[in-house]
Amino acid sequence: MNPTKLVAVFAENHTGRLARCAGILAESGVNIHWLGIAGVNGFGVIRFLVDKTDLAYRVLKSRGFTCSLPEILAVEMADEPGSLHFLTSKLAEAGVNLKNCSGFVFNGRAIILIETDQLEAARRVVREQDLHELSEEELLSL
Amino acid sequence: MFWQKEIELLRRDELRRLQTERLRKTVAAVWERVPFYRKRFGEAGVGPEAIGSIEDLCQLPFTTAEDVRRSYPEGLLAAPRSEVVRVHTSSGTTGNPKAIYFSRRDLETAADVMARCLTMTGATKEDVLQNMMTYGLFTGALMMHYGAERVGMLIVPSGPGHTERQVKLMRDFRTTILHLTPSYALYLADYLERQGIDPRKDLRIRIVYVGAEAYTEETRARIEAALGVDVFNCYGLSEMNGPGVAFECLEKSGLHLWEDQYLMEIVDPESGRPLPEGERGELVLTTLCREAMPLIRYRTRDITRILPEPCPCGRVHRRIERISGRADDMLIVRGVNFYPQQIEQVLMGVRGVGRNYQILLEQADELTVRVELSASAFDGRVEGLRALQETLERAIREEILVKPKIELVSPGSLPVSEGKAKRVIDNRTL
Ligand SMILES: [Zn+2]
Repeated sequence: MNPTKLVAVFAENHTGRLARCAGILAESGVNIHWLGIAGVNGFGVIRFLVDKTDLAYRVLKSRGFTCSLPEILAVEMADEPGSLHFLTSKLAEAGVNLKNCSGFVFNGRAIILIETDQLEAARRVVREQDLHELSEEELLSL
Repeated sequence: MFWQKEIELLRRDELRRLQTERLRKTVAAVWERVPFYRKRFGEAGVGPEAIGSIEDLCQLPFTTAEDVRRSYPEGLLAAPRSEVVRVHTSSGTTGNPKAIYFSRRDLETAADVMARCLTMTGATKEDVLQNMMTYGLFTGALMMHYGAERVGMLIVPSGPGHTERQVKLMRDFRTTILHLTPSYALYLADYLERQGIDPRKDLRIRIVYVGAEAYTEETRARIEAALGVDVFNCYGLSEMNGPGVAFECLEKSGLHLWEDQYLMEIVDPESGRPLPEGERGELVLTTLCREAMPLIRYRTRDITRILPEPCPCGRVHRRIERISGRADDMLIVRGVNFYPQQIEQVLMGVRGVGRNYQILLEQADELTVRVELSASAFDGRVEGLRALQETLERAIREEILVKPKIELVSPGSLPVSEGKAKRVIDNRTL
């Protein structure tokens, strides 16, 4: 299974930078499936889930953006109260420190995107709890 | 190794006698031939007869950069025009530049003094010097050129830029010494890494002279580590022949200032009062050998101190500490004094910091430091950036005792300053 990667872009000015990134990605025929902005004190990081990750990374980098490709874990949960609490408590028990985390519900499927330095430990928890980890292909075909 | 052993190893009392004789000659010459000095001396109520020894120097008035600029183009000339063979100018951003004249003998002397500096760092006629400074009105490239030629090196007068060609020249002519600006040295190191060229294996550079821009010890360490070379601190200014006024010896611990050429004083930058030996203040220089354009008690605005202890290399010429700032650059924020170089020093020592920065002063004495991120250190997480911000905040506060606001910006987004870096923007109105 291919690891799922986001394209992360450093941005000191969110709105302007987002507009420029989106423009460049559109020109290159890259489709954005999800995006998130993490911001503090006047700067932040824009994170994209796109269909052509390597291409997006290359074009943004060549246009002077500071980018990286953090790996994430995409997990499907039951779309019902308590399931997020269940997963995060299990991760906490295993000592997994979440760096960034976001979730959404699409077509009745609840998906959580997990970023952590302890990816393997998190993956083990997901497997032990019999939860489904989505491959990049699966995530993009939602 | 010595170039002019008899002068470099002169006994202290012999040096003093030489200085006294040369000072009296210089003062008599400007009194006689430069109306500007005759007027100034008159206003101060002194004449050449007042100068019996070098201690009497402090009775003479100062010469400032503004005086030199106002005397443009030839108000300070002490020799007939027919006897001068060269003029250099020092860039001024506003108004007139400073014009500096040389007689044939002045150029000869400058070449020998430069040759002393190069020999002092272990350079010999076997070396190949690639001179990557701009040749022209600026003194830097030409004076280095003459000094290296005097030593007998092979010179590659490449000038700056065209990095790809520079590297080809280094390879083809087996360059062993570079002369360039510190920012270009860092760029070159970057370039070689990107091209997969290992300077330690693929090139033969062993010594690098950097100049024309202020830089810190951390920058020197970076250049030394990246290129596998020795970088020697040098000090000079166009008003005093350019590079080679003071230079480090192999000890790399302070710069020997050639006291047979220049009389040095350290004064309080505000009051002009001479400070005791060893205290930090503004360097004031009087030329002792210049024919075409002698300068008396010239205010360099550079901040340093004299290191009075003798140097293990045996040279009698006293050392100065590396320049810690410009008197004009000193900033006062919330009543605290500091120099921008102190901030640069902190930045260059922290991983994750890129090549450029800017210091911003705003209303209500708000200090903001804009810092370019290093592209390779970005991991895509906001936490890493936040940690970097906190580290910088703490380290700068410890250094200058003022808490800054740190703004992280993209690599390459801040303006690159040409030549002498101007990185402070003061928007405060008083
Ligand atoms: Zn020495």
